[in-house]
Amino acid sequence: MMEFVLWIWGFWIARTVVFTLLVTVGLLLAVAYLTYAERKVMGAMQRRQGPMTVGPFGLLQPIADGIKLFSKETIIPEQAHRVVFLMAPMILFALSLIAWVVIPFDKDWVLANINVGILYLFAISSMGVYGVVMAGWASNSRYAFLGALRSASQMVSYEVSMGLIIVCVLLVAGSLNLQEIVLAPRPFWTQVLLFPMFIVFTISILAETNRAPFDLPEGESEITGGFMVEYSAMTFALFFLGEYANMILMSAIAVTLFLGGWLPPFGLAFLSFVPGIIWFALKVAFMLFVFIWARATLPRFRYDQLMRLGWKVFLPLTLVWVVMTAGLLMTFNALPGQNDGAYAYESTANIPANIKAEQ
Amino acid sequence: MAPSELLINYLPILVFLVIAGGMSIAMIAGSLLAGIRKPDSEKLSAYECGFDAFSNARSKFDVRYYLVTLLFIIFDLEIAFLFPWAVTLGKIGMFGFWSMMGFLGILTVGFIYEWKKGGLDWE
Repeated sequence: MMEFVLWIWGFWIARTVVFTLLVTVGLLLAVAYLTYAERKVMGAMQRRQGPMTVGPFGLLQPIADGIKLFSKETIIPEQAHRVVFLMAPMILFALSLIAWVVIPFDKDWVLANINVGILYLFAISSMGVYGVVMAGWASNSRYAFLGALRSASQMVSYEVSMGLIIVCVLLVAGSLNLQEIVLAPRPFWTQVLLFPMFIVFTISILAETNRAPFDLPEGESEITGGFMVEYSAMTFALFFLGEYANMILMSAIAVTLFLGGWLPPFGLAFLSFVPGIIWFALKVAFMLFVFIWARATLPRFRYDQLMRLGWKVFLPLTLVWVVMTAGLLMTFNALPGQNDGAYAYESTANIPANIKAEQ
Repeated sequence: MAPSELLINYLPILVFLVIAGGMSIAMIAGSLLAGIRKPDSEKLSAYECGFDAFSNARSKFDVRYYLVTLLFIIFDLEIAFLFPWAVTLGKIGMFGFWSMMGFLGILTVGFIYEWKKGGLDWE
């Protein structure tokens, strides 16, 4: 009996490890080709060709870049705190990976279907600040330190509005579990209500991941490389991988919260013959395209404009929106669980038929 | 759900954490071993646009960064309160709604005070 239980456990852990490795390797490949896609799309937007030389259409460029970074010399400045200096990129990279454990790629395709998924994501994405602050402090360089301060206060500023936007979604969905958030019925008017929040969320994730037009910490002309100015070779590559994995992660969160995750777009039930993971990937790719598009189009913000937008525009706006969403849902008896859940099954019109049947 | 069943849902996070941590350590260690290392004092000095470093980086910085962090703690705590409230609002009814509105009202008063005092101004 004991042996049997051990077998079950062994099997279960092996299965989890295999799935984890699949997700991780898939994610690293996605990151590699996101850098390629970014360079190609930016190239097209600026009437250039982008990478062309390595492999057909330059397709092997990210791999060549990876090998180059791996074999470069790692420089640890003598003034730096060596342990913290090396830990910072590891923390950022590991955090950008472990958040993926709760993201549902398809129905029941999730590694850890925990009840507080969105809270876990919020916690993990907040912890990214530690990596940034540690990198800036441990480098013991002025540019790195200033860059880390800027980056940290930028990240925490936009996290507040992100949290309030998530509360708006929770009011409509009535669950912290990401699968239930995706499957929760959303009548058309609540989608209209959430749409401005989707826009604000998209802008906030640009700021949260330190991407253009909010890439102040990396503003070359004023602060050189920001908090990663002292990093080289693989330590730099881990920051880079972490940043891009975070972009994909934030896009996945936006897709899960607002764009219906793995469900076909606009609730078109006849499209549900396409596997959910493909819809999920397409939606994430769309969000990532918006990231690149913004980078190619918009000039960089000034720091005071950035803080003004975060604290004086987004924070009041999202706070008012939380109150408004709660009030409206309350008034129209549309909250999940209100009236003993009688509401929940009335308007499932935007969920494809096969999923409705499974409910 | 039994507590052990509840915990099993969280076990993949631990597995993932171990793998992600191992992977990042392996990548940095591998690169440290694979790359040629020829340190010299110019390479190892802190980057300051080609100058010798003027002074130590552990110096004074603007107090507003500190202020922003304090504000962040207040609002992040508030959001932590809002999460369970938002999920259960359908069940706690009008009383729950108005208590949170009272809480948010007090917080907004503090926010307006902060704003008027210029705590949010970056010049």
